[in-house]
Amino acid sequence: MALEESHVRRAAHLARLAVSDDQASGFVDDLSRILDMVDQLQSLDTEGVAPLAHPLDATQRLRADEVTEINQRDAFQRCAPAVENGLYLVPRVVE
Amino acid sequence: MHDKTVTQLAAALKSGELSSRELTSHFLQRIEKADGTLNSFITVTAEQALNQAEAADNARAAGKAGKLTGIPFALKDIFCTQGIKTSCGSKMLDNFIAPYSATVVEKLNAAGTISLGKTNMDEFAMGSSNESSYFGAVKNPWDLTAVPGGSSGGSAAAVAAGLVPAAMGTDTGGSIRQPAAFCGITGLKPTYGRVSRYGIIAYASSLDQAGPMAKSAEDCAHLLNVIAGHDVRDSTSVSRGVPDYTETLNAPLSGLKIGLPKEYFGDGLDADVEKAVLEAVKVYESLGATVREVSLPHTHYAIPAYYVIAPAEASSNLSRYDGVRFGHRCDAPADLIDLYTRSRAEGFGDEVKRRILIGTHTLSEGFFDAYYTKAQKVRRLIRQDFLDAFEDVDVLMGPASPTPAFDLGAKKDPVSMYLQDIYTIAVNLAGIPGISVPAGFSNGRPVGLQILGTHFAEAQLLNVAHQFQQATDWHLQRPAFAEEIA
Repeated sequence: MALEESHVRRAAHLARLAVSDDQASGFVDDLSRILDMVDQLQSLDTEGVAPLAHPLDATQRLRADEVTEINQRDAFQRCAPAVENGLYLVPRVVE
Repeated sequence: MHDKTVTQLAAALKSGELSSRELTSHFLQRIEKADGTLNSFITVTAEQALNQAEAADNARAAGKAGKLTGIPFALKDIFCTQGIKTSCGSKMLDNFIAPYSATVVEKLNAAGTISLGKTNMDEFAMGSSNESSYFGAVKNPWDLTAVPGGSSGGSAAAVAAGLVPAAMGTDTGGSIRQPAAFCGITGLKPTYGRVSRYGIIAYASSLDQAGPMAKSAEDCAHLLNVIAGHDVRDSTSVSRGVPDYTETLNAPLSGLKIGLPKEYFGDGLDADVEKAVLEAVKVYESLGATVREVSLPHTHYAIPAYYVIAPAEASSNLSRYDGVRFGHRCDAPADLIDLYTRSRAEGFGDEVKRRILIGTHTLSEGFFDAYYTKAQKVRRLIRQDFLDAFEDVDVLMGPASPTPAFDLGAKKDPVSMYLQDIYTIAVNLAGIPGISVPAGFSNGRPVGLQILGTHFAEAQLLNVAHQFQQATDWHLQRPAFAEEIA
């Protein structure tokens, strides 16, 4: 499955990653080589094999629906780039 | 002092021959003298370490010391440490002071051990040479022109150089075992779920696992005793009793059935590495083990499967770095999208970007089944290879890496770097434990023997590794660099 620059552009957009024109061609080369290597998978017959998501086939554990966390907003916001009155500041989204 | 094992140092602390304060000061001085050359630490927490050492000495005086009370160690900078910078080797987190500590850190604190600081690593644990760190490459103490391996390269180099008696690493595709092999130390990747991932910055959550890196298997057993166990804060941590891993270290190996996967001795394997591994296997035969060839037929699909699954999980895990709640934020964002895209472009290095892009691409509409579902199916076949092999043998042995440590700057092409992990990566896909132990040298650079066991066979791996270290002295070799630190 050949990789085109439009694929890299789309992935960069979905991943919210700014990629300059100069960088894009480099990523096309690198990612093409990686996907060429990955494409070896296609030669393997996996008919009837179930996908494995967890190495021990475990399923998600459930717990009682109880409040277990205490409010630590101030502690957690100490490492934020910009906060005001307990709110995270970002550029204006709504005019 | 610096060439003693954790086990020996613990005995010296217990007898009163040494205080933790003396021990801690000694290692802090070694870090100060030598780490300008090695670059194995990102952050050294000297003041906190000396305070912890004093508390450890007081606890001992009060008769409240545990087995490892007062023992210094270091943490890969992927473990969150409350109040201390936790960078994960990235510019993205260069300003991140963790607001809480990882479970592993809490357990080590509760055991009275002394953290000397945070070690260098490949950015977000993505790499096999430690060269992708925002904080610069780490040098291998055996040869300063060689890489220490990765991604836990700082931990491996620091232990090998005697800057710390032991360190904690994480292993997603070989990141404990390969640097342990390259630096001539012992490193254990436990079974997936054996050690809590809570507070360990996530790379690929179905593969990540933390483990000890030290001078001997016995030391790894002591450290695993502290960090293993169920944690309700990690939904994939396994609820299963933790044995005392030191109790079975001396079990005899007579009758042990060793399998040599034929796929691990093929093309691309360095002749010196092969020779060292086969010599090690002979040592086991002399200890009463039997050896047979086995096959892991899907071995060559492990790297392709990994480079779908790990980047897919990474692209999801790393979406949290948005420049809003923590981490790097770009200057003067024009709007919210600009804030996201530029903060991420500035904060991440090239290897991280490659993996985010690969993961996003393979998960995107039109590609998901061909890549991600396919890779998960192959993952099941790879795990089945191991389960089938362990029907016939107790452990598998082979090289940890196809070559000894390569030169700094030698691998510019990402794919050639990825192929280095051919013998370690399938282990993470299968979720089984593996250990690398020193087994010789090639042109002055260490060679690692990798030993693999079935799920939760850590006690057996440590026993098998310890018996080798009772019969050989490869693990006692120290680099000249370590001896020259006055």
